[in-house]
Amino acid sequence: MTTEPRSVNVRLTVNGTPREAAVPVYRTLVDLLRYDLGLTGTKEACGVGVCGACTVVVNGNLTASCITLAFKADGATVETVEGMARDGELHPLQASFIEHGGFQCGACTPGQLVAAKALLDSNPEPTEDEVRRWMSGNLCRCTGYAQILDAIVKATAAREA
Amino acid sequence: MTITEKPQQQYKVIGTRPIRHDGLEKVTGRAVYGADVKFPGLLWGAVLRSPHAHARIKKLDVSKAAKMPGVFAVMTGADLVDLESKLVDMGEEIDNLAYTTKKLMADDKVVYKGHPVAAVAAVDLNTAQEALKLIAVAYEPLPVVLTVEEAMAPGAPLVLDDLVGEHLTGEARNTNIAKHTRYEFGDTAKGFARAAVTVERTFKLTMVHQGYIEPQNATAQWNQDGKLTVWTSTQGAFNVRDAVASILKMPESNIRVIPLEIGGGFGGKIPIYLEPVAAVLARKAGRPVKLVMDRKSVFEATGPTPGGTIRVKVGADSAGNITAAEADLRYEAGAYPGSPVGAGAQCIFAPYRLPNSRIDAYDVVVNKPKTAAYRAPGATQAAFAMESVVDEVAERLGIDPLEFRLRNASREGDRRADGPIFPRIGNVQVLQAAKRSAQWNAPLGAPSAPHKKRGRGVANGFWFNGGMKSSCNLAVNKDGTVAMVEGSVDIGGTRASIAMQAAEVLGIPAEDVHPTVGDTDTVGQTDVTGGSRTTFATGYAAYLAATNVVKQMMGRAAKLWEIDESGIEFKDGTFFSKSDPELRLTFKQVAEKLDETGGPLSATGTVNMRGAGGAFSTQIADVEVDTETGKVDVLRWTVVQDVGKAIHPAYVEGQMQGGAAQGIGWALNEEYFWDDKGNMHNSSFLDYRMPTALDLPKIETVLVEVPNPNHPYGVRGVGEAPIVAPVAAIANALRDALGTRFTETPMKPSRVLAAIKGGTLDGAATAASSNGASRRGRR
Ligand code: FES
Ligand code: FES
Repeated sequence: MTTEPRSVNVRLTVNGTPREAAVPVYRTLVDLLRYDLGLTGTKEACGVGVCGACTVVVNGNLTASCITLAFKADGATVETVEGMARDGELHPLQASFIEHGGFQCGACTPGQLVAAKALLDSNPEPTEDEVRRWMSGNLCRCTGYAQILDAIVKATAAREA
Repeated sequence: MTITEKPQQQYKVIGTRPIRHDGLEKVTGRAVYGADVKFPGLLWGAVLRSPHAHARIKKLDVSKAAKMPGVFAVMTGADLVDLESKLVDMGEEIDNLAYTTKKLMADDKVVYKGHPVAAVAAVDLNTAQEALKLIAVAYEPLPVVLTVEEAMAPGAPLVLDDLVGEHLTGEARNTNIAKHTRYEFGDTAKGFARAAVTVERTFKLTMVHQGYIEPQNATAQWNQDGKLTVWTSTQGAFNVRDAVASILKMPESNIRVIPLEIGGGFGGKIPIYLEPVAAVLARKAGRPVKLVMDRKSVFEATGPTPGGTIRVKVGADSAGNITAAEADLRYEAGAYPGSPVGAGAQCIFAPYRLPNSRIDAYDVVVNKPKTAAYRAPGATQAAFAMESVVDEVAERLGIDPLEFRLRNASREGDRRADGPIFPRIGNVQVLQAAKRSAQWNAPLGAPSAPHKKRGRGVANGFWFNGGMKSSCNLAVNKDGTVAMVEGSVDIGGTRASIAMQAAEVLGIPAEDVHPTVGDTDTVGQTDVTGGSRTTFATGYAAYLAATNVVKQMMGRAAKLWEIDESGIEFKDGTFFSKSDPELRLTFKQVAEKLDETGGPLSATGTVNMRGAGGAFSTQIADVEVDTETGKVDVLRWTVVQDVGKAIHPAYVEGQMQGGAAQGIGWALNEEYFWDDKGNMHNSSFLDYRMPTALDLPKIETVLVEVPNPNHPYGVRGVGEAPIVAPVAAIANALRDALGTRFTETPMKPSRVLAAIKGGTLDGAATAASSNGASRRGRR
């Protein structure tokens, strides 16, 4: 007897690299990333798609990876926090989060960064209000958000400069 | 903004804003948190939890689960030895070992919904969860007690049959009151007789959760020689080690606890839930075992902060001096004794100088999860009651609320109502700074729509802050940098605030001190990251270690120069000879010569601190109420706090903003929503609504620096005090906006709307005296 349901082969491109894993059909994308591919930067905190800790980009769309089944990402392009720094250079948002104290415990940070990057990719010069609205899908329990929003707004200023 | 009491010494590093040493790892996803660890052969554990809030276990059969393919180990409460009654200090709370094993796993009775009953370790999480379904448990449900009123009623069902209560009359059996404490000073009856105005009200609160983003987790592995290693997300590795040692009855030196990065705690990651379970499963399975809680378990089976009932009575004479105050606090401990009602009782009157006072505090067990510390545990509840009543007294006397608080403010040398004499405190300075703050002097502005109303509220809050044990090791590298290993888990930037204190002594940049959080085998005993003690106490240990390094480096310089050590001075990172101006060497230059002057150089600092500086945090709330929906928007918020000395001002501001944000959530939205069987109905982030970026304004901060004389740089704790005042500040703002005094949390739309319509949530007519919103002269 086995309780293991049928497993499926998932091929996807993660942060520009082709990856492949055989996973059970019930495997969520966050578990695939974390436990099959070893990309533990993405966190799971609520499991119901409301806190934003597990935010990744799938085919260009912000996605809660905790409520996305892994096999649905077959053939997809996935971007996670691990892919934000390129060629040894931090993304301006990452640098700004460090510079302006955009985190305390850091557990929400990967999700915040991935969400903020998606905002800047589609709207390079958001107003503070637009930033606040966009980021309302990412909970942070430590900061009261002031320094996170500050870090994002200042990252846009840094880009322009 | 920072207001410094008097010009202080000029520092090079203290008070600056260097970047965090762990910043890079945290923004790249490389920082390793508890759930991220991976080992060859790792098994996953899962815990079976009680579906009843109170029931006797008639039968528990795990045999089927144990036989399931893929299952390596099964455990029940029978695998944990009963421990004798013994009190252990867990940092911010005292724990009784007699209940420790039962809390981890029920024996013959479950006492809250979510109480662990059994656990399984299997090849993967899914198999472990499937195996739980094969465990047969027969429960006989028992009547539940869910509120302090029910629990204290005569003839109430007993939550714990063997509880021995400590009452004023001595030991008591057949009770749900675990402890009753009383503090009395002066004669309150006489004091109230002199009062021109007396206000007495009863407040009710419901449980709320710390809401840390990272759920609890633990991984355990045994070596062949009987040594155990535990990786976990905890606020105190040594406390975990000692607790696991006593539960498993093994020497603590055989256990190594490695604290990984921690995704928030706020007090909730002081108690242990999973570590001993992982250890027992790993021992049985002969393989490493990892357990990670889901959010539902975090809500239902870790430690929230208590709800309860608080009655406060305050009298004042016509000149506005408080003549007497009384408080009666009854807190839900959860299913086992140990609510923070003691701290609530000690904090409730702290902002005031009282000639007569009386405080009664009851720790009451109910069929809910055992509560844990949550940021200034017990003080927020107390301040909600006291600061609301104080506001009403001021209003009745026609005195400005800040003016009234200033007139009655506790000062150095005053006696706190529970006994201690205040050392140097910044209460008055904080209240004065609040009066001068931008927000207090700005107009509230007209409502944004005709059906909206605005109000402003203010409240003060006190927290003691902690001291306790800390350790720090420093080793000088030959390139002039310093490796630091300190024992405090870094929950929000304390690597930096500790390293900065060492750097200040050493006269080197903060970046040149490289901090690492040690584990229980690599650094001396260090108590929890809690009680706002870390920057104070572990920072002090770093200061001592650095002072020792300087002394040793001086000896090395003396060797190089072949002069006596007494002829050398150290200033601004440079050693120089008092007599020969030619002889100067920087810290780095002496470091380069370590090999020639005797080899490696290291030092240790250890402390067991007393003399933490208590902190006051006054907060100003501007709110707008939608009278059609009952929704309350926070328009503007200021936190004014005595921080002693801000080592890293940005991180201090972050603590003040974060604490206020949690308090605002507590005031307006957060609650454990119970049915009458003791089931929590909102155990997910979907239904337990914590503030988002849209729910909060940019919280303004005013740092008041009244140095703590017991610390070389004047540090007080800063993390906890900011959560104390917000609930009361919102209640006072709502009173200003609507003329209604709210006496229950949360002040959610349905409750606010019911009040606007002249009733309460349960349909009763409102008891709140509403003689119109207060209209203060300044507006
Ligand atoms: S963990 Fe996916 S949204 Fe919270
Ligand atoms: S920094 Fe801790 S949750 Fe955001």
